[in-house]
Amino acid sequence: MTGKRRLFRAFGVVSITLASLATVSTSSGASGSGTIAKGHPVLIGASLSLSGDFSGDGDAFQQGYKLWAADQNKKGGLLGHKIELKIISDASSPTQVVTNYQALISNDHVNLTFGPFSSLLTLPAARTVNRYGYAMVEGAGGAPSVFQAGLHNVFDAALPVANGLVPFAQWLASLPASQRPKTIAYATSTDPFTEPQIPVAEKIIKAAGIKTVYYKTFPAEPSDYTTIADAVAATNAQVVILGSVDVPTVSAFMQAFEQAHYNPRAFIATAGPDQGKTFLSAVGAGNSNGVMVPNAWYGGSSNPESKTMVAEFIKKYGGTASEVNADVAEAYAVGQVITAAVKATGGFNNAKIITYLHSGVTIQSVLGAVKFNNLGENNQPTAYTFQWQGAKFVEVNPATDPGATKILFPKPAWKN
Amino acid sequence: MNGTAVLHSIIDGVLTGSVYALMATGLTLIFGVMNIINVAQGIFVILGAYLSYALSVHLGIDLFVGLAITIPTLFVVGIVVERVFLSRIKGPERVVMSILVTYAISLVIEGVLNMVFSANYVELHAWYANRSVRVFGFYLGYIYLLGFGLAVVLLGALYVMLYRTRFGSSVRASLADQTAAALIGINVRRVSTICFGLGVAVTAAGGMIYGATNAFNASSSYDLISRLLVIIVLGGMGSIGGALVAGIMMITIEDLVSVVWGPVWSNLAFFLILVVVLSLRPQGLFGKPSVRVA
Repeated sequence: MTGKRRLFRAFGVVSITLASLATVSTSSGASGSGTIAKGHPVLIGASLSLSGDFSGDGDAFQQGYKLWAADQNKKGGLLGHKIELKIISDASSPTQVVTNYQALISNDHVNLTFGPFSSLLTLPAARTVNRYGYAMVEGAGGAPSVFQAGLHNVFDAALPVANGLVPFAQWLASLPASQRPKTIAYATSTDPFTEPQIPVAEKIIKAAGIKTVYYKTFPAEPSDYTTIADAVAATNAQVVILGSVDVPTVSAFMQAFEQAHYNPRAFIATAGPDQGKTFLSAVGAGNSNGVMVPNAWYGGSSNPESKTMVAEFIKKYGGTASEVNADVAEAYAVGQVITAAVKATGGFNNAKIITYLHSGVTIQSVLGAVKFNNLGENNQPTAYTFQWQGAKFVEVNPATDPGATKILFPKPAWKN
Repeated sequence: MNGTAVLHSIIDGVLTGSVYALMATGLTLIFGVMNIINVAQGIFVILGAYLSYALSVHLGIDLFVGLAITIPTLFVVGIVVERVFLSRIKGPERVVMSILVTYAISLVIEGVLNMVFSANYVELHAWYANRSVRVFGFYLGYIYLLGFGLAVVLLGALYVMLYRTRFGSSVRASLADQTAAALIGINVRRVSTICFGLGVAVTAAGGMIYGATNAFNASSSYDLISRLLVIIVLGGMGSIGGALVAGIMMITIEDLVSVVWGPVWSNLAFFLILVVVLSLRPQGLFGKPSVRVA
């Protein structure tokens, strides 16, 4: 190696080191001081899946974040600072999401961060922002793996996913023996959001004497769903629980079931049917009838904050309450949690915000009450089961809830 | 597992695989003639699906009838893309540059589709999309049978064009050796443009079937292009017969493994076979390395 090359190399190393130090110090300053000069906006960064597998959800999350920011700005922003959102797309990639949050903090010097979509992306994102001392309030990272990572900075405003199917399982178990289904099939994609939900439900269902006739996992993106759906149909199970993360999975199974002339008495999918208009558009309005999904929120919620948000959403984007994607509410709730934390701590200091959110305080949101346990899970929301009944998306479980509509059981025949 | 389930999975694999083969044929034709890896093929499939969607929803045109409009439209789109962007790529870095340029084209089309149709998933609906016929004790969806028929017809037409026409001779000569083809008076430039148009045009049919069997949005193109590239690598880059065999093989293996060992192993088994095949035949099942080496 020549002396000149050595010099260049040494210069390069020193430059990179200095640049790294500068980055760290700048980002530390942003998260550490927690103050913003008067007249300057508060910059909130988020990485969302605006393309790729989760783009439907990412789009809805963006709508939720923007709706919250617009509403809050009408009220004067956060502590008098206008809210500016910096949203960049991660193309649904768990590696890109890391790069994005690094860029948001190091280059854009955002004051606060909001979470991405899906547990798959939330975990790497939360780890990244944790290194910079930032809080990550999110609305779509409820998988146990997110909370078991030992992170102190992650807060999920939505329902922890593991118990999502519990009301449905309990309802099945509570049916009189004469009405109770005898067999059930489980098919789930390999995803941190879907897989933890099934064993919890299966335990309750098995105890009720309902026999498992199929229990298989499938890759997140198989080339062909038909064979898997046909295998489920061949069991003729009376109930199907589908561990899905998106509309295409549910839609493909429904199409294959109909082609196989198989209509289970009850059909629930962990995600997809909660995506309002998108779901209806994909499966056809007639076929949605009787399909269920677990969640903690729906467009017809009687929560006043939710009603206001839904009205604003419809005013801006059109449609009906049933057609509002649950992702919108989950994103909106993230903003509400941050609003409360910033007000309570009197600034934008992430360390103080983390301490505040861990203090056991209860915050009201469009999702209902939000209160975080020591892992950052929201232990307040009740898991509900929702069902499409005609063009309406209604709450059906727990049946004792005042807002619950009578469940449509058995599921009506396919109608396409 | 029983015999019926295995037979069912094989038939499902062949029916679905033929549509993938159709889409991959366009990709491999383009590579064979032009030495271009068109990573925009996935978004062209989705564009084809959206065109069918628009014709169906807004004008009430049946999905198959609509192909009379969408296939020529995508042929023209292909011609324009080749003339405006790809014909300018020359020199030894042509393959790498083609990946970058077609990726850029893909991103632009994806952005436009997102703006026009939003990121919400849609699916093509028709009376036959969810209906089926009982054969050998199980049901086969009309849409898969129709898709298979369409793939057979279009691949047959492509075969006739390649092996029974003067233009086909020019294409095959260009596939074998562009320089030699030019020396014997073939207008390789014109052949390339038409082949790119044809390669894109077949995505209209593939896209229609894909859209009638899957909910899709513009981002669905990423899954598609990765599968299409795998198919042409397995079949042999530039080999039309290879794309046909590999397309059917990929889905059939996945479906068969899904039934025999469980769905979670389906992708793994296929890629294992891919690795083994490429270890033994780096040029793919039907690839001819000597053509590319020159």
